[in-house]
Amino acid sequence: MAVKRASGRGATEIRPMAAKVGVIPNADGSAIFAFGDTVAIAAVYGPRQLHPQHMQDPSTGILRCNYDLLSFSVYDRKKPGPSRRSQEISKVTEWALSPVVDLEGFPNTVIDVQIYILQADAGTRTAGINAASLALAHAGIPMKNLVCSISVGKLDKDLVVDVDKSEEDFEGGEGPTDFPIAKIANTDEYTLLQLDGKIQPEVVKKILNLADKACEEIYEVQKKALKGVVQ
Amino acid sequence: MRNTINEAHEADVDYGVPEESSKKRKVVIPGEIIVSGEDYLPGEGAHREGENVVASRFGLAEELGKLIKVLPIFGAFIPRRGNVVIGRVTDITFHGWLLDIDAASGSFLPIEESPRFISKNDMEQYLAIGDVVAAKIWSIKSKGIDLTLKGKGLGKLEDGFIFRVIPSRVPRVIGREGSMIGLIKEKTGCNITVGQNGWIWINGDSIDAEIKARRAIEFVTDKVHIEGLTEKMEAWFEEN
Amino acid sequence: MAMSTSNLTIETLNRMFAEGKRFDGRALLDHRKLEVSFEVSNKAEGSARVKLGKTEAVAGIKLALGEPYPDSPDKGNLVVSGDLLPLASPRFEMGPPKFDAIELPRLVDRAIRESHMIELDKLVVTPGEKVWTVYIDIYPINDDGNLIDVATIAAIAALKTAKVPGIDKEGNVDYDTHKAALPISKETAPISFSFFKLGNSIILDPTREEEEACEARVTFGISKWNKQHMINSCQKSRHAVFTRAEIEKMMDLLPEKFDELNDKLKKFL
Repeated sequence: MAVKRASGRGATEIRPMAAKVGVIPNADGSAIFAFGDTVAIAAVYGPRQLHPQHMQDPSTGILRCNYDLLSFSVYDRKKPGPSRRSQEISKVTEWALSPVVDLEGFPNTVIDVQIYILQADAGTRTAGINAASLALAHAGIPMKNLVCSISVGKLDKDLVVDVDKSEEDFEGGEGPTDFPIAKIANTDEYTLLQLDGKIQPEVVKKILNLADKACEEIYEVQKKALKGVVQ
Repeated sequence: MRNTINEAHEADVDYGVPEESSKKRKVVIPGEIIVSGEDYLPGEGAHREGENVVASRFGLAEELGKLIKVLPIFGAFIPRRGNVVIGRVTDITFHGWLLDIDAASGSFLPIEESPRFISKNDMEQYLAIGDVVAAKIWSIKSKGIDLTLKGKGLGKLEDGFIFRVIPSRVPRVIGREGSMIGLIKEKTGCNITVGQNGWIWINGDSIDAEIKARRAIEFVTDKVHIEGLTEKMEAWFEEN
Repeated sequence: MAMSTSNLTIETLNRMFAEGKRFDGRALLDHRKLEVSFEVSNKAEGSARVKLGKTEAVAGIKLALGEPYPDSPDKGNLVVSGDLLPLASPRFEMGPPKFDAIELPRLVDRAIRESHMIELDKLVVTPGEKVWTVYIDIYPINDDGNLIDVATIAAIAALKTAKVPGIDKEGNVDYDTHKAALPISKETAPISFSFFKLGNSIILDPTREEEEACEARVTFGISKWNKQHMINSCQKSRHAVFTRAEIEKMMDLLPEKFDELNDKLKKFL
């Protein structure tokens, strides 16, 4: 029996995606990525000088990510300034992206990735990673491949792809589960794994399969955005 | 045309202005397979994965014979030895000047690398904070970049103005053997020095000429053109 | 990208302005192309995105219930915040706000507050106890000069499309329902005009390159009531001076500049 999602989507259906690069002229690379009503904007500055000097690494450039919500991106206004949640997401985002970038050619420098959520409807960290991956590529940073990110959820016992806010708050049965994942495109290498909820170990394999398929779709959207820069 | 071109443009490194024999360019993304075959050689921006030559970054893939390169389209300036750059003086120390060349490392111009002898007392009179030079990168170390003003077309720049374009577009501004920059100089009568760091200096006889030269350069650099740029530029000069 | 302005460029801009010329062909007091769009966030009570040339800023309105300030028990509250996100410029850094980041929202606040555009007395739920607080949050997306003026327009555009959320039976905010429009004056909305000076020239709406070369700035918030232009706020900054003649000239210019930009803005509302 097909799972009923409030949005009317099928279990494996991702919300309509949108992606564009070059949205911030000042940045070395920039992009917007959206899953339905969740919209993330990312800017990359670098390689550039890193201060203070003691943070510099003479063997490689370092990747530094900052994620945050704009105050009005959520129903209950978020007070300006980093929260613990945004600091944690900043760090896992950095870990999600760093395996693909090759910064050994830029010792003592920093690549700054700034991610902001303009409108939040769940899946903000996954939209952020997708936007950041595009912005890093756009900036010409040496990369093995793009990184794709999606949230797989469970509503009671049913697995669903690309959890939206109403599903995050799902009540009933085993309750909601949210499993944000990121991977290096076209590989079996995962760079983000987080989980809130209840998952039987046997089910994880199914979740990864769903994530793989979703990431293939996301990759196509990202690829189109990058190729679209040419006149 | 060649003898009016400022030799400062001709950096040691070829920045990939298309040769006649090169095949059509195409946009590639990181991880994308460009060509398959053992006899292809991955150059800058590409690497080999088994049979395939794969893009290491987003850019324009170009085949020059069997050499595959991926040239950047966007992104920050990556300094290389031999680059001519436009820099701004940010500080004066005992031994030379600190310059901002819009790169990820600080850069230093030792007093010995001035085009003529400058005594330690005259340093500020020669180059003050906020002054602009055309310099050449002669060494890149982990501590920073060392510059020299010794060489044709290098030295303190006076009058005119400087502005920035995306560094990866600089080869298009210069053109094959300087043809594009030569055209712009001819049509506007301006002195122009193009830095590989994307900063460009223009000095002309009139403000109108200077503005025109800048707009011409921005026309060249604003879009990601693949081909036909020279014709488009000549048409632009007809209209403007 | 973050290279500070150079001496020779400042001198050239000075000469250019003295001849009434700018790199993009504009007259000294002309604005760049204005673009306004809405619905930046459907979670906000109102939001807008404004561009002048390549400078882009977004503003969002959020309403929350709270207590009134002790000295205005029969009025709602207004809080204007903003942050110069590192997203928008290589010059903006993480960390505690520098002066520009502190000044911008304060200037926007005063322009709006002193114009009385928002009818704060209509935002009372229970007098003396419960009122609406209007939060205006402004963020730059790309800084190519004149952020203060762009930010103000973004705030105004967001306010013009804002709605008040409902209140449920328990007296809490119900963000799922929005009924009434935010009570704002139908007549007036302030616009900010920042005049910049280099040498003896005065310009409006500088690009970042022009703005960095300028030596003084004065920002005016101006609105219009009953066909009478009213200056509501003013702040002069940077080190150079404005002469009496220059100030009087700006007073002559402001009404027509207000009408001109207001007409352009109206087309989007």
